[in-house]
Amino acid sequence: MGLAGAAVVALAAAGCGSGSPSNSSNSKSPVSVGISVSLSGDFSGDGLATKQGYETWAAFQNAHGGILGRNITLDFLSDGSSPTQVVTNYQKLITVDHVDFVAGPYSTLLTKPASVIANRYGYVMIEGIGGGPSVFQQGLRNVFDVSASATYQLITFAKWLAATHKPVSVAYASMTDPFLQPMLDGARSYLTSHGFSTAVYKLYPLETTDYTAIASAIAATKAQVVVLGTMPPDGYAFIQDFIQDKYSPQVLIEASGPDQGSSFVKAVGSANTGGIMVPNTWFPGSTYYQNASMVSLYLKMFGGTANNISADVAEAFATGQVLTQAVDHLKSTSNSALEAYLHSGVTFQSVQGPVKFASDGENESATPFVFQWQNGTLQDVLPTGVASPKPVLAVKPAWGAGA
Amino acid sequence: MVILQAVIDGILVGGFYALMACGLTLVFGVMDIVNFAQGILVVLGAYLSYALYSHLRIDPFLSLPVTIPVMFLIGVAVYWTMIKPIKQDRVIMSLLTMFAVGTIIEGVLDLIFTSNLVQIQTSYETSSVRVGSLIFPNVYLYAFAMSAVLLGGLYFLLYRTRFGRSLRASMQNTTAARLVGINTDWVAAFTLGIGVGLAAAGGMVFGLTNSFDAASSYDLISRLLAIVIFGGFGSLSGALIASVLMLVIEDVVAVVWSPTWGQTTFYIVLVIILLLRPQGLLGRKAVRAQ
Repeated sequence: MGLAGAAVVALAAAGCGSGSPSNSSNSKSPVSVGISVSLSGDFSGDGLATKQGYETWAAFQNAHGGILGRNITLDFLSDGSSPTQVVTNYQKLITVDHVDFVAGPYSTLLTKPASVIANRYGYVMIEGIGGGPSVFQQGLRNVFDVSASATYQLITFAKWLAATHKPVSVAYASMTDPFLQPMLDGARSYLTSHGFSTAVYKLYPLETTDYTAIASAIAATKAQVVVLGTMPPDGYAFIQDFIQDKYSPQVLIEASGPDQGSSFVKAVGSANTGGIMVPNTWFPGSTYYQNASMVSLYLKMFGGTANNISADVAEAFATGQVLTQAVDHLKSTSNSALEAYLHSGVTFQSVQGPVKFASDGENESATPFVFQWQNGTLQDVLPTGVASPKPVLAVKPAWGAGA
Repeated sequence: MVILQAVIDGILVGGFYALMACGLTLVFGVMDIVNFAQGILVVLGAYLSYALYSHLRIDPFLSLPVTIPVMFLIGVAVYWTMIKPIKQDRVIMSLLTMFAVGTIIEGVLDLIFTSNLVQIQTSYETSSVRVGSLIFPNVYLYAFAMSAVLLGGLYFLLYRTRFGRSLRASMQNTTAARLVGINTDWVAAFTLGIGVGLAAAGGMVFGLTNSFDAASSYDLISRLLAIVIFGGFGSLSGALIASVLMLVIEDVVAVVWSPTWGQTTFYIVLVIILLLRPQGLLGRKAVRAQ
């Protein structure tokens, strides 16, 4: 083999490497972050918001020196909301595209297989939108969730309800999603232990397209408190069905849907939003780290209004923030060093508040908020004593009366 | 009473599912292809009604005289430009072609409308009629009435007109139909047009009762296929019965047991039916005997 042949082999070997994370940084090349996003399929709405969140973070950070003084480039692949495709995507990002880091996709359903792939290749997976218990029960040490995990997402609401209302029967329904169902179960467990009985508990599959029967079953119980583990479009459909059934519970909280801004208002009608609650890890008016900058940059990049920004944007942005702080501290793009550092108990700052990782990767410093539609605006109402929340409407206005 | 309400819900919702499924089964009956694009065509119909309502304030039901002909022409155009030119392995290639058509339409819809969920918001969308303790949502009542009219019209077209005879002849034996002078290409083109036109009506109701985006088509097509298999490929009355049965079974199981088991129960019934009658409830043999 001649010199040229040897060079070809060497180049081929370099090109077909195992995809091991880089341990050194090239000060001139950008830092690449690979992400699988759901631009079609069931999660397409949230997937787009997630992508925009990462794009906002990269644009912001690039305007502030990038990471280690290098520009950030984002390598997106679309997964169609498929757990199978997300595996293929992360394998390609790592072994073909040779990205420096990977960040999480949308949902627990996709984060779980994605984190296994990242772990297989020695990559850390920081994520903000995959907090279902099953993600942390895999025994992986490379997964880090910057948001509040599923079980505790509704805990603030449950504590408020137990503290301010006499025990009543509560109606529960949830999609069989690995993030949504634990949210519901977490709230149910707390409320049951405080004397609240269960009027009805219904689980429905992701593929459900008709919610009338489930809504009617809930309406028939006349429960005054309804807790729903929903995502759009079922979160919208339940409200419409309740209105059709002339059933207006006093307290209604949905896991997701009311946080979708104008989409939610258009779907249920502006006069029907009043009093509806939704947990969230973020809100536009938060004074947390770099939040105002993120909101302003997002609006510049994508338009709209601050109240219409999805929390997915902040969750993706926070993921990038934690990555930035950790890598800048380490002054290295080594994934193994990053994993050790994230496990060291250090506290990071993010647009969602402080982030400190427990041994399983959950954010033990997370403080889930509760928001409520009041006068056409989604207001932060809980927990009291944080930022400047508005008083909670303890009784939801009747349908059509609460603009 | 909760079970009776579930039965009513199932019948009302099943009515417009029948509308969507009839287009699928009709196309199979004449052309021997499974129109994998039917789900996205339903969503396209929903978007057409949404666009007419949100921009021109045309009531979705009143927009049907516009959307059905537009969708009919799309179906005819798809046949002449994409299905007719296929010379070999037409059945298999048609499957792939319709899959491609669906993918193209989904991409275009995503570009135009983005992936944000939308819904057709009308004044009657959340209103309902109460009879005793039973609830009849107005939108489902209107949709059921519309489905009855359209399916009645379709029945008249198939069984009381010359075109219907040509279509049924093509369903029974395409070669023989050609031999007696029927232009089977035009029959197939019109059939695809009718199937897609029905998707416009079904899509309008879907858009009235669900928030949707282009991705909504995936859940729809799987359910429509299940309905058509249950009822028997090529059977209109089978599709109607299967639609109502599917929704009633799911809704009743959902309220007395769990929604998670609703669809599972339906599929168990489907498997049992297929074991006993591989051609479905009223499969092709039964239809040809009509």
